[in-house]
Amino acid sequence: MPKHTLSVLVENHPGVLSRVAGLFSRRGFNIDSLAVGVTEDLDVSRITIVVDGDDYTVEQVSKQLNKLIDIIKIKKLDDKESVKRELALIKVSANTSTRSEIMNIVEIFRAKIVDVSKSTLTIEVAGAGEKVAALEDMLKSFGIKEIVRTGAIAIERGNRIIGEVK
Amino acid sequence: MSGGDVVITGAEAIVKALELEKVNLIFGYPGATILPFYDALIGSSVRHVLTRHEQGAAHAASGYARASGQTGVCVATSGPGATNLITGIATAYMDSIPIVAITGQVSTEQIGKDVFQEADMTGATAPFCKHNYLVKDVKELPRIIKEAFYIASTGRPGPVVIDIPVDIQNSKLDFKYPEKIDIRGYKPNYNGHPMQIKKIVSEFSKSKNPVICAGGGVISSGASDVLMKFARKHNIPIVTTMMGKGAIPCGDNLNFGMIGSHGVYTANYALNNCDLLMLLGARVGDRAINTATKLSKKATIIHIDIDPAEIGKNLEAHIPVVGDVENVLSDLAPKMDEVHFNDWFDELSDIRIKNQKQIQIYEDFVNPRNVIEILTGFLGETSVVTTEVGQNQIWCTNNFKSKRPRDFISSGGMGTMGYGLPAAVGASFAKGIDFVVAIEGDGSFQMSMQELGTIIQEKLKVKIIIFNNNRLGMVREMQKVKNNGRYNQVFLNSNPDFVKLGEAYGIKGEIIKNDREVGAALDRMLKHDGPYILECKVNPEESTL
Repeated sequence: MPKHTLSVLVENHPGVLSRVAGLFSRRGFNIDSLAVGVTEDLDVSRITIVVDGDDYTVEQVSKQLNKLIDIIKIKKLDDKESVKRELALIKVSANTSTRSEIMNIVEIFRAKIVDVSKSTLTIEVAGAGEKVAALEDMLKSFGIKEIVRTGAIAIERGNRIIGEVK
Repeated sequence: MSGGDVVITGAEAIVKALELEKVNLIFGYPGATILPFYDALIGSSVRHVLTRHEQGAAHAASGYARASGQTGVCVATSGPGATNLITGIATAYMDSIPIVAITGQVSTEQIGKDVFQEADMTGATAPFCKHNYLVKDVKELPRIIKEAFYIASTGRPGPVVIDIPVDIQNSKLDFKYPEKIDIRGYKPNYNGHPMQIKKIVSEFSKSKNPVICAGGGVISSGASDVLMKFARKHNIPIVTTMMGKGAIPCGDNLNFGMIGSHGVYTANYALNNCDLLMLLGARVGDRAINTATKLSKKATIIHIDIDPAEIGKNLEAHIPVVGDVENVLSDLAPKMDEVHFNDWFDELSDIRIKNQKQIQIYEDFVNPRNVIEILTGFLGETSVVTTEVGQNQIWCTNNFKSKRPRDFISSGGMGTMGYGLPAAVGASFAKGIDFVVAIEGDGSFQMSMQELGTIIQEKLKVKIIIFNNNRLGMVREMQKVKNNGRYNQVFLNSNPDFVKLGEAYGIKGEIIKNDREVGAALDRMLKHDGPYILECKVNPEESTL
């Protein structure tokens, strides 16, 4: 199934996220990822939802979300016309013999080492989902102890914005 | 500014807000966490009807809303009181009925501690209501109540829940009732797009066999008169969904009846053979349009609905129009070409005549169809009929001839047994109604029969007809067809004597056992100045088909 990115402006109220998540489960829609954060207006939060489904599903998701009173605006983002990023923290096993090799890989991916111990390195990587996955793949052979990933966030390219919130 | 600037309690603010919303009637059941509200209610202009179960209060509010066109209000305490409302809230949600449900909640600082009679009402009702609120600051109360009534009654109507902790009801506020509403996430679109209306005009010009399908949205939008004029001018046949029953009078020659798995032949024939289908405020439910009813493949679909999410959900529309049915039809009517569909209309009229069914008269049982037909003849335009869910609903829907919008009340989408009797209680309070008749099955009656107490206490004159076949007849019918007659758990062999049960409450009643008795019994029932139970012995083998 193709993936679609929806950018959703919502009232920054408690309970809004549960309304959104609940709607997905009861209508049988699949969420690939979901990321929430407050916007430049403190009363408004922005949820980026990546949905798994065909055009019919995405249309239904948008329309049903729009019916929620706390939802202010929804925009489906075009993959080519927007920038999409994920963030991951990867804790990988490292000793004196592997540490420099891992650091080389991290360098190539323009990732960052954010923590180090005698037996581990913790790496921060941000980028498109494919990049995060590729780094993960490269690090596998060293022994990944733990991964934390955020959902994707996305913003349109150029001077386009999701719209005025009145 | 309305309401004046005064310092009052949250509970008093609720009552004041209800008065300002011109609510003079609420249905409810008191309890610990809603005590301050019940205390503030004393001496107010709001009349409170004490039902015998919270579910009855929600259904009564819904019945009142459907009969009167006003927003219904129900009240309950926290915990079980609140959760008992939920079936009523869900029933109203499925049928787009405007109600506001006010529930007590445990004290703010106790929320989340699993204290006595605590239930997460906003979490529990989120799937079943248009919107809900948990009031966390007493200052928010006036705005929230104002918004709740606005959201419930505008756009696609539906239930709104306001959960109010008991400490909020006891806190003081400087009461100011807002005059304006601005909810940035809620702006219903009432007028259809002019381009889409142009397209409709051109489709009608190309069409030979158009059909209009009127749903519940025609009734809630108040579009009946505009629709009648429009269809009459161009001779366009109209069919209805169950929720659309009453949108136009059943006796009118424009009305070819109800579509769907329980509908009439002519209406389904029209769907099978049309080249244009204009859906008005209908959500294309699975019982209305499904594989069995086989919508014509060549038909151009025009779908007019105020809820954009209904368009394209169950049926792809060629011309989607988001808007209020009355507004869209009013815009469309003057733009239409001089088209008439007399041949098609005559074809359907012939089919209707050929397929008219004569109702059989029984010697040893009562034929429910016969009861409904005779009842229809007795009732005028100022009556309301409610039904339960089961065989009684189908017998009534297919044989009761609606004379106007809002005279037929039945749980359509949810199919809630136990709806009809409390809905009849609510409908009894609508202005200008003389007779309210509740059509019951013996199974569904026993789901809400405690409301006989409400009927007596409030001196209502609800006429109750019970089709008693000592069975859960509809389930039995499904087991006959789907499970090859392996009947299980559908026998109600220990039914009470319903007439005696009525007597215990002080309600007059009688039992009839064959069709010869029907006319005289209905006459006695309607002439009796008070509530009445008419029990009809129905053959357990009697089907709805």
